[in-house]
Amino acid sequence: MTPLSRVLEALLFASDKPMSPAECVKHLKGAMEAASENGDAVALAKCRPDEVASVLGELASAYEEEQRGFRLIESGPGWKVVTAPDAAPWVRQLFPENRPSRLSPSALETLAIVAYRQPITRADLEAVRGVNVDGVMQTLLERGVIRIAGRADVPGRPLLYGTTEFFLEHFALRSLDELPNCAELRRVELPVAARPEDQPVLPLDQAPGSNGTDAVSMSEAALVEEAT
Amino acid sequence: MADAAYKVKLDVFEGPLDLLLYLVRKDEVDIYDIEIGRITRQYLEYLGEMESVDVEIGGEFIVMAANLLYIKSRTLLPVDLQGPVEEEGEDEDPRWELIRQLIEYKKFKEAAGDLRDREEFAAKLFGRTPSAPAVDGGATLLAGEVGTLDLIAAFQRVLARIEKQKGAAREIEADRFTVSEKIEYVLKILPEKEGLKFEELFAGQTTRSEVVATFLALLELVRLRHVHVEQEGPFGEIMLRRRGLAVVPEQDLTNLPGSAAPDGNG
Repeated sequence: MTPLSRVLEALLFASDKPMSPAECVKHLKGAMEAASENGDAVALAKCRPDEVASVLGELASAYEEEQRGFRLIESGPGWKVVTAPDAAPWVRQLFPENRPSRLSPSALETLAIVAYRQPITRADLEAVRGVNVDGVMQTLLERGVIRIAGRADVPGRPLLYGTTEFFLEHFALRSLDELPNCAELRRVELPVAARPEDQPVLPLDQAPGSNGTDAVSMSEAALVEEAT
Repeated sequence: MADAAYKVKLDVFEGPLDLLLYLVRKDEVDIYDIEIGRITRQYLEYLGEMESVDVEIGGEFIVMAANLLYIKSRTLLPVDLQGPVEEEGEDEDPRWELIRQLIEYKKFKEAAGDLRDREEFAAKLFGRTPSAPAVDGGATLLAGEVGTLDLIAAFQRVLARIEKQKGAAREIEADRFTVSEKIEYVLKILPEKEGLKFEELFAGQTTRSEVVATFLALLELVRLRHVHVEQEGPFGEIMLRRRGLAVVPEQDLTNLPGSAAPDGNG
């Protein structure tokens, strides 16, 4: 093992939250500042995030090949060490109070549409599913898998919904591109809710003006953020 | 026992499209070759069965029934009498809109199945859990932020202190304290740089009504974002700090709802 992979392994083992390559680099630099006489620390501080990322990838495949009891996965915010899936029945005994909480079929259906077609309005979701989604959306917001992502630039300025980082974590996905069949489903031409004219949508963070937010959408978004 | 079977099935359908998809699959026909008359009849039969077993039918199911009948009626007409298609869709087949909707719905239903598998898999991976004890406090707060419950608990401690001091019975003139007066007081005693302990805010205050007025003033200042409240950790000291150099606009102070504090003993 190279010094870099050993250090990264140690960092991820000790960390209780996912770490991105950039964060790893930050710690490598921090170690050099704290111990500038340590040759290894000085050498490792020169690593770039892309080197770190490729070493993490190598570690991950090594654990899998050696069939270790743990794995290294990349999910949403970064890399983390998790237990091997086939060890689940035993590990679950450690946390009897954490019953896995699954989403209902209707919640999953709605979530799938949001995931592939975000940002999307409630009305467009209903056009695809053919049913009212109010209750389901509430559940999804409460579970923290979706969030308000802005307002559509159509009459009435309806809210737009998108998935959260927690969504990626909950489904152990690296990114939205890793969703099964994503190329096809994103292209799908969806039935949309009737609207006077089709106009481009402006997500919050791209809209003109001061962060493109208005007071109302900000506070709603903040509320949701707090609630999750 | 037929009734029971229907009841079980009805719970399974996520909506009218789901039911239609089920009917199509049961007939083993291609979605593109839907026979509108046949599927409409089956759909209506199903709704009838739902009703006969006393299941409340969602409005969406009725809307779809109407839609099916409309499509069916259009297909019965000779093409040149069908009239212009409502939306600008260039296709002449009245079934097309429904078929398209069904196909899209089917794709996402399958995607939901994939997500279910994915969720199943992810639930088998256990990560490191934070070692700090999780404090169960309803909504999740950012570290350092104070929830309403913490504030109320601290407030109750202050009230309890007053009750204790009341020990020696004595006559007190009914003082009236106003929230706006207390806002000025809080801003005056809150140091510019370092914070103030929550309990220090009530130093020297001996009546319930005065404490209540001060507490309301604090809430108002927090709401107006002039004061920031934070707590070092669970059960830690609650500290008040000024936010920036903001000045309270006049009207905010004078237009407070119910400026007068409630009478503590009343």
